Amino acid sequence: MGQAIFMETVNSLPPELIRIVVTALVIIAFVFLNSLILGYLERKFAGWFQLRPGPMEVGPHGIFQLIVDGVKLLGKQFIIPKEANAPLFRLAPLLAFIPVGMSFIVVPFSSKLQVRDLDVGLIFILAIMALNAVAILIAGWGSNNKYSLFGAIRAVAQNVAYEIPMLLSLLSVVLMTNTFSMRGIVLAQSPVWHVILQPVAFLIYFIAGMAETHRAPFDLPEAESELTAGFHTEFSGICFSFFFIAEYTNMFFVCAIAVILFLGGWSGPPLPYMEYTGIIWFLLKVYALLFILIWVRWSFPRVRFDQLLNFCWKYLIPFSLVNLLVTAVIVKL
Amino acid sequence: MTLGTKNQDRHSFYLNMGPQHPSTHGVLRVLLEMEGEYILEPEPVIGYGHRMQEKIGESLTWNAFMPNTARIDYLSALMYNHGYVGLIERMTGIEAPRRAEYIRVITSELNRIASHLLWLGAFLLDLGAFTPIMYTFDDREQILDILEDVTGSRLTYCYYRVGGVSRDVDGTFVEGTRAFIRRLRSRFPMYDDLVTNNIIFIKRVKDIAQFTPDMAMRYGATGPILRSTGIGYDIRRNEPYSVYPEFDFDIPVGTTGDCMDVYLVRVREMEQSLRIIEQALDSLPEGPCMTKVPRRLKLPQGDASFSVEAARGELSYYLVSDGSDVPYRLKIRPPSFSNLSLLPELCRNMLLSDLVMALGALDLVIPEIDR
Repeated sequence: MGQAIFMETVNSLPPELIRIVVTALVIIAFVFLNSLILGYLERKFAGWFQLRPGPMEVGPHGIFQLIVDGVKLLGKQFIIPKEANAPLFRLAPLLAFIPVGMSFIVVPFSSKLQVRDLDVGLIFILAIMALNAVAILIAGWGSNNKYSLFGAIRAVAQNVAYEIPMLLSLLSVVLMTNTFSMRGIVLAQSPVWHVILQPVAFLIYFIAGMAETHRAPFDLPEAESELTAGFHTEFSGICFSFFFIAEYTNMFFVCAIAVILFLGGWSGPPLPYMEYTGIIWFLLKVYALLFILIWVRWSFPRVRFDQLLNFCWKYLIPFSLVNLLVTAVIVKL
Repeated sequence: MTLGTKNQDRHSFYLNMGPQHPSTHGVLRVLLEMEGEYILEPEPVIGYGHRMQEKIGESLTWNAFMPNTARIDYLSALMYNHGYVGLIERMTGIEAPRRAEYIRVITSELNRIASHLLWLGAFLLDLGAFTPIMYTFDDREQILDILEDVTGSRLTYCYYRVGGVSRDVDGTFVEGTRAFIRRLRSRFPMYDDLVTNNIIFIKRVKDIAQFTPDMAMRYGATGPILRSTGIGYDIRRNEPYSVYPEFDFDIPVGTTGDCMDVYLVRVREMEQSLRIIEQALDSLPEGPCMTKVPRRLKLPQGDASFSVEAARGELSYYLVSDGSDVPYRLKIRPPSFSNLSLLPELCRNMLLSDLVMALGALDLVIPEIDR
């Protein structure tokens, strides 16, 4: 009886609304699942790099460790410091979460698994991801803590600087494909991947992406030995995990863009139902890149802040500009 | 502690680094007057871990103070043991058997390597590299296992006695130590590849926080900090104690005194310590490891001092006795105190990241400063 009423209600809703709700649920589920898997892999790999087993206690080889951690964080009190700016302090973690959901809209997981193929997909996802810097700035300012503010200012300076080489290197791909549509860019790589045609752009993008997600050796906003925990020093409980999830999802997107623009997206050896199962190749490539991010993080010391900016302005931007010009000339010929 | 008058024409602010901060290695507080990320004036504030070790030394009999020596600098506890027994032996004229002196040298040098390995990991941790500390701890663990077998403890040893050592070493110790020497020698190339030749590491430490000979002398800095400036001052060579003159080893010195040199001096010191241990094991004499010492021995009236080269620099004990078995005055001169006092001059107009790096290079043990 109840089921019948439910079906009737569902049928009377506009199909578009149902699609939106289902997509939103899938996206949220994916975001959390990705953070769980990535968090687990990060800790496990870190363990292996460091001659220790990593998480081992909860479940076989500790695979449920991150779930337990998540539940623990949910149960923790969200403390707002007395001197903090309470509205901003509450807003920041939510703001950090917006790009996480929105960016999924344009990512083509396989040829038929894409929410919307916007004409300006690439610009859309980059613009949305840049919102993260605002969230960090608000978090740092709202905490009213000098260490947090240091972290926030570093984060903004770093994001602004590294956005430029990132965009320039992606633009050279766009010049070759003549489209901003994510789907179009993947389809344009059918004979040969862009990583072979544009190795310099790929390298610059990946380095800039590493800085964009604040991963070591560019993890200055969270430089633990200098700024304790950087902009999220004062955050506790679920609001801390929002930042944590946002960071991991941003890592996913940086690698996803690299896969879409340079590594042929979902393309790979054919599988049955390729229009859907292409997601397997896509995710494999993304996680391979994520592994490199983790590898680099646990192998290198941190650069200094002025070195970080010098590296961007003196090397990455000129090189990406030259690369863009050369690409433009060759495309024109 | 009063705040100085702020520089009015500059937009400076105060930042408290510590007492709870990941990279002050203990309860050190550094009060920073900053302008942006630049430090105008750093001021170390110490004393959070003050335990009145010197006063305790003046209220206990001389032998009851032995365990406390290990707790002043817990990372080079055996050298602190060594300094204290050396002092009492010098005052009372007791001589330890040669086998005991050899054992003291071997275990002290093992302890020095353990301390340097921990420093290496912690220094890189300050630079943001998380992984090396696990590798250096892995190596250090071997030393702790070896020392645990002979001394009975892993960190705060109380192994040396006036007139010898509390327990003799056996074949397992000798073999275990030899195996460790082989192991650590095979690890050095890996550390060189991953750390010494790492471009980010070089960029972070080269030509930054330069110690000058003049500065080191004015503040009384000793140990690897002084040696990095090119002055080869090492108590083991300049005021030899125990059986050190019988061994062939070099005193590694730097040239420029920057943090890269400090790093290199410490790494080479580990190699030299391995050489000393090897020679001592080869010529380890047979015989007793303890002489007879009267149970209630009164210290003769007068004063004496004794210095040893601890892992962080020159450690001196100075004792004044009124003829009883309780010292009248016991003064401990720990190396870290002088090394820390360099900090304000060293780190003026420096970036916050470099201050963290310089603090790491100084290799401070805060309980030793506060004692």
